[in-house]
Amino acid sequence: MIEIRNLNKSFPDKQVLKNISVDIKDGELFSVIGPSGIGKSTFIKCIIRLLKPESGEIVVDGQDIGRTSDEFKLARVRRSFGYLFQEGALFDSLTVLENVAFGLKYLTDIPKSGYAKIVREKLALVGLKDVENLKPAELSVGMKKRVSLARSIAAEPKYILYDEPTTGLDPVTTGMVKDLILDMRAKLNITTVVVTHDLNLALEISSRVAMLYGGEFVEVSEPAKFRRSENKGVKEFMEISHLSRK
Amino acid sequence: MKHRFTEYVGREFISLAETMGTAALMLKSVVFWLFRSRFEAGETAKQAVTIGVDSLIVTALTSFFTGMVLSLQTGISSKNLFNEPLYIGTMVAFSMVKELGPVLTSIVVAGRAGAVVTAEIGTMKVTEQIDALYTLGTNPTRYLLVPRYIAFMITLPLLTVFADFIGIIGGCLVGMVKLGIPSSVYFDDVFNFLKVSDFLHGFLKTFFFAFMIATVSCYKGLNTRGGAEGVGKATTEAVVTSMVLVMVLDYFISAALVAVGI
Ligand SMILES: Nc1ncnc2c1ncn2[C@@H]1O[C@H](COP(=O)(O)OP(=O)(O)OP(=O)(O)O)[C@@H](O)[C@H]1O
Ligand SMILES: [Mg+2]
Repeated sequence: MIEIRNLNKSFPDKQVLKNISVDIKDGELFSVIGPSGIGKSTFIKCIIRLLKPESGEIVVDGQDIGRTSDEFKLARVRRSFGYLFQEGALFDSLTVLENVAFGLKYLTDIPKSGYAKIVREKLALVGLKDVENLKPAELSVGMKKRVSLARSIAAEPKYILYDEPTTGLDPVTTGMVKDLILDMRAKLNITTVVVTHDLNLALEISSRVAMLYGGEFVEVSEPAKFRRSENKGVKEFMEISHLSRK
Repeated sequence: MKHRFTEYVGREFISLAETMGTAALMLKSVVFWLFRSRFEAGETAKQAVTIGVDSLIVTALTSFFTGMVLSLQTGISSKNLFNEPLYIGTMVAFSMVKELGPVLTSIVVAGRAGAVVTAEIGTMKVTEQIDALYTLGTNPTRYLLVPRYIAFMITLPLLTVFADFIGIIGGCLVGMVKLGIPSSVYFDDVFNFLKVSDFLHGFLKTFFFAFMIATVSCYKGLNTRGGAEGVGKATTEAVVTSMVLVMVLDYFISAALVAVGI
């Protein structure tokens, strides 16, 4: 369980997160939506403390990492997370195989001889094959995203944080990634946080959807209730999303 | 006006203090992980090749020509003063082994390898690959910094020994061809006067230089901001800082070594 209390995060010129509090329960699929530049990436980066908030608690399985500078505690807590970066963040000096297998070495006891098989499996889940020996520079944007996705799930963490899992993908692969996210959660009961500006994706897969606007969660509810929200920001965002869909 | 000046000085001091603080934290974590982490043999070897082997040719050329010009200049001066070239081997060997070998090699390595390290780590920083390390069970100190520190500390001293040797050979060549000194005389001049402590004086300095270059390059890389432009800026800053610090450190370490009799 991830409990977030009164989270505040600013950058020199503006406050991006204002006093955010939310509980993400085990097994839940929690989505955060909101327009570009509103602070979605900032929010999930704070969860595993890639960014340090000015104040607030982030309690993961009873351990508060909100403001700690204890690198060991942070490292320990981070071990239960998988993280998909918005831009992929693949290691460009390593091959696809080495990238996807990277976490296995540090996070699991799986012997090195077992990596290739796991990598092949995870790549198949994101619809890729025969790319193991390519370097990231030889992949398209969408392929990079999928390799990165495979890397973040390879060690089968307890929590996965996805930053824009479907941006830059074609409809077929988007469907595939959607199924993958749902599967990971269904089969392994992985607690999932998805950050996206794709409202339809969020409404389709989530157990709860939160709308980030003006530094706050202006609405946090189940998809069915979310659709009927009276909040002005949510209504606007839904209208625009529907328009762009047509 | 006065107010603005104090503000400026104050800000500069705060930023300097911040830099020292972050650098100190980085060093602390390097020392910590140096002894605790599983040894990244593959990554260390790869770095030793980038830093060391790829600097071989530039180092060889630099020290060869430096040895040659040293020999030529001392030869000419000696001829003017004494009508014959005296102690050319001694002069070349002393200069190479105590000063020019270590300093020039360090400058070559700072310019070549230091730039590579800063650019690589800086690129990883701005593309979130550094953050990715944290999410995959390791951290940049363990995975990137420790192997690079080790590689610098191993290769720079070895490159220096190589440079000393090449420089002395270069001096010998000019001595034979231009000054008419037989190579036996040249090498007698080298080995009759050069002591182990003279060699150690230069050799020991390179460990400090290697440590400093690794620190500056890694620090600048890890603190890169602002995309590709930032990487370019960080790289230039790292190279300039390292080169200047080689010169500055050289004086103080030499003085310290002299004080303890090396
Ligand atoms: N390192 C930083 N330094 C200063 N400002 C930043 C930094 N990172 C983000 N910001 C600012 O914080 C705001 C939120 O950024 P964030 O990346 O969280 O947005 P986002 O909701 O993920 O947007 P997108 O959907 O485009 O990815 C932006 O206005 C951005 O300018
Ligand atoms: Mg974002």
